[in-house]
Amino acid sequence: MRRLANNLPFWGLLPAWALMGFALILPILIIAAVSVATRGSHGGFTWDFNPAGYAQILFNEGWSGELEFTPQYLIIIGRTFLLAGATTALCLIFALPVAWYISRQTPGMRAILVYLVTLPFWVSMILRVYAWMIILGKDGPLPRFLETFGLAPGTSFMFNDGATLVAMVYTCMPLMVLPIYASIEKLDLTLIEASHDLHGNRFTTFRRVILPLTAPGIVSGAILVFVPALGAVLEPVLMGGGKQMMMGSLIQLQFGGGRNWPFGAAIAMVLMGLVMLFLIVTALRAARRTAGMEARA
Amino acid sequence: MDRDKAVEVKSVSKHFGTYQALKSVSFDIGENEFFTMLGPSGCGKTTLLRMLAGFESPDQGSILLHGREVTQIPPHKRRVNTVFQSYALFPHMTLEQNVAYGLENLGWERAKIRARTGEMLERVHMSAMATRKPGQLSGGQRQRVALARALAPEPEILLLDEPLSALDLKLRQAMRDELRNLQRDTGITFVFVTHDQEEALDMSDRIAVLGAGEVQQIGTPAQIYEEPVNRFVADFVGETNFLDVEVLDSREGQATIRTPLGTFGVPATGAAQKGRATLSIRPEKINLGDQAAGGITLAARVVNQNYMGGFTHYTLETGGVTLRASRRNASRQGDLVATGADVTIGFLPGSARVLAS
Ligand SMILES: Nc1ncnc2c1ncn2[C@@H]1O[C@H](COP(=O)(O)OP(=O)(O)OP(=O)(O)O)[C@@H](O)[C@H]1O
Ligand SMILES: [Mg+2]
Repeated sequence: MRRLANNLPFWGLLPAWALMGFALILPILIIAAVSVATRGSHGGFTWDFNPAGYAQILFNEGWSGELEFTPQYLIIIGRTFLLAGATTALCLIFALPVAWYISRQTPGMRAILVYLVTLPFWVSMILRVYAWMIILGKDGPLPRFLETFGLAPGTSFMFNDGATLVAMVYTCMPLMVLPIYASIEKLDLTLIEASHDLHGNRFTTFRRVILPLTAPGIVSGAILVFVPALGAVLEPVLMGGGKQMMMGSLIQLQFGGGRNWPFGAAIAMVLMGLVMLFLIVTALRAARRTAGMEARA
Repeated sequence: MDRDKAVEVKSVSKHFGTYQALKSVSFDIGENEFFTMLGPSGCGKTTLLRMLAGFESPDQGSILLHGREVTQIPPHKRRVNTVFQSYALFPHMTLEQNVAYGLENLGWERAKIRARTGEMLERVHMSAMATRKPGQLSGGQRQRVALARALAPEPEILLLDEPLSALDLKLRQAMRDELRNLQRDTGITFVFVTHDQEEALDMSDRIAVLGAGEVQQIGTPAQIYEEPVNRFVADFVGETNFLDVEVLDSREGQATIRTPLGTFGVPATGAAQKGRATLSIRPEKINLGDQAAGGITLAARVVNQNYMGGFTHYTLETGGVTLRASRRNASRQGDLVATGADVTIGFLPGSARVLAS
């Protein structure tokens, strides 16, 4: 009895550990293993160690087997990061005022608005993206509307980077709004008054009081948007028309049509490595900041 | 324009929805004055203070600071600083940074900011912790930093919203003296808000008693305590006994009143007109036993007593009226009058006060 009680943290957490092990760690290990396996001649792979998957990210195998540097996959990686970064930045710009507005409402109204923010999650993502395709597409509501202001008839806003970004920002917005709203709601409003009282104008108050105190929410929101945005497949394919290859599509292609599992696994590992790096850096910075603010009860 | 007036509040009223928080409030605050707004919870003290700071604007009426209409001037442009009830120190900044914040916004030079910040922290005995953050401080320490932060930009008027209410008794006592000294030394006009009448009496040059969104009385602590103008003020400030009386005659500052305890003459105020009125007698004005000499004397019985150390509260019965009296325990023995005992009580007519009922 005593022993069980002493080991309660261990036994109690066992189901969680088991789930993590099977659902998260095991698949990652498999992918890691596949990434250094050898490509099979008709898809699949064989368990022979071969780092060719990684090499292929940077080098192309010439006719005679020599390796020559090709930036094409680096460009895809860079483009993916650019898209994720732009998505995060735009979400942040739109989410801040939205979160601020919600936090200014009466408690009942706040609950309703938070519910409305999460509403899109209740509808299938594919449907939502198709909705955007209709809105922006040829003869869609937006071009039609703009035609009354002189836009050339028959214009479509679809199948370009802008359209991809619109859908990305749209699908990721709630993930940014909610954590920022949570941190603004916790913000003590008398601190803002104190700032004005001490001769701080709106801009100073925002920069020196509101921003630092809501930073944890902004960082959480940025992570929640940036990380999934790196693996986005649907939006670039449907909205961008698949003209610009992104990492998500690239990986999918290797496991599907490309039949190059080790290469796909290698890209996945690189993507994961970069994300982990990003998270660790953010976590360290957050830890340093909270260390100074601890026990602010 | 009047240079001697730091603040002029003119017929200010304020509604929150349908609730009228302030009903045409008017008063002036003098230069270098320690002015206290005293009143029960919800009477509009904070609302008034926030109007002086600029966080709230009056529905009607106007507010002048040093003769200048400020109703349209935003908080950050007023030479007014506030010590908030919750202190509102910035948790992400060190104490130094907190104190320097106002100075930076005013565009002071770096060297001057450093000097002033150091000086202010020194002044409130917090220099040793200058680089700590507010989360690591006790309530009293935070309070002092909030004071230093508000005083650093050299405000013309300092607003304090119940700054002592979160402190324990001993600390509160010490801070009262510290605040009073600070006000005398700096010569800054202090506008202090409290619902604690003892605090108000102790610290203020003048007190405005607020009740139900209106100014009930303005005066020095002694005026407020000894010469309340109405039942509300007499009741809220200090303890008192109320008797229903009838004014039989009132002329030349002297009124004849009929009370359940007999008919006698007392000094009259403007409120004393013929007819029904209220008589207020403070417990410590009623003397017992050998201390009861001169004035009006009555026979009473002790119904109850509460020994408080320095003095004893007595509940007395006389002529069908219950009175509260307090008696200083001047010596160790022989001061206590036993419960159930008959005792002579007395008070000077001048220490009773006739109020409109
Ligand atoms: N923003 C507001 N919205 C609605 N009602 C308000 C608002 N601010 C104050 N009130 C109401 O106005 C009245 C006066 O409020 P105020 O805060 O000035 O009281 P107070 O005298 O400071 O009381 P306390 O001693 O409890 O702090 C209260 O009844 C309060 O409920
Ligand atoms: Mg208040």
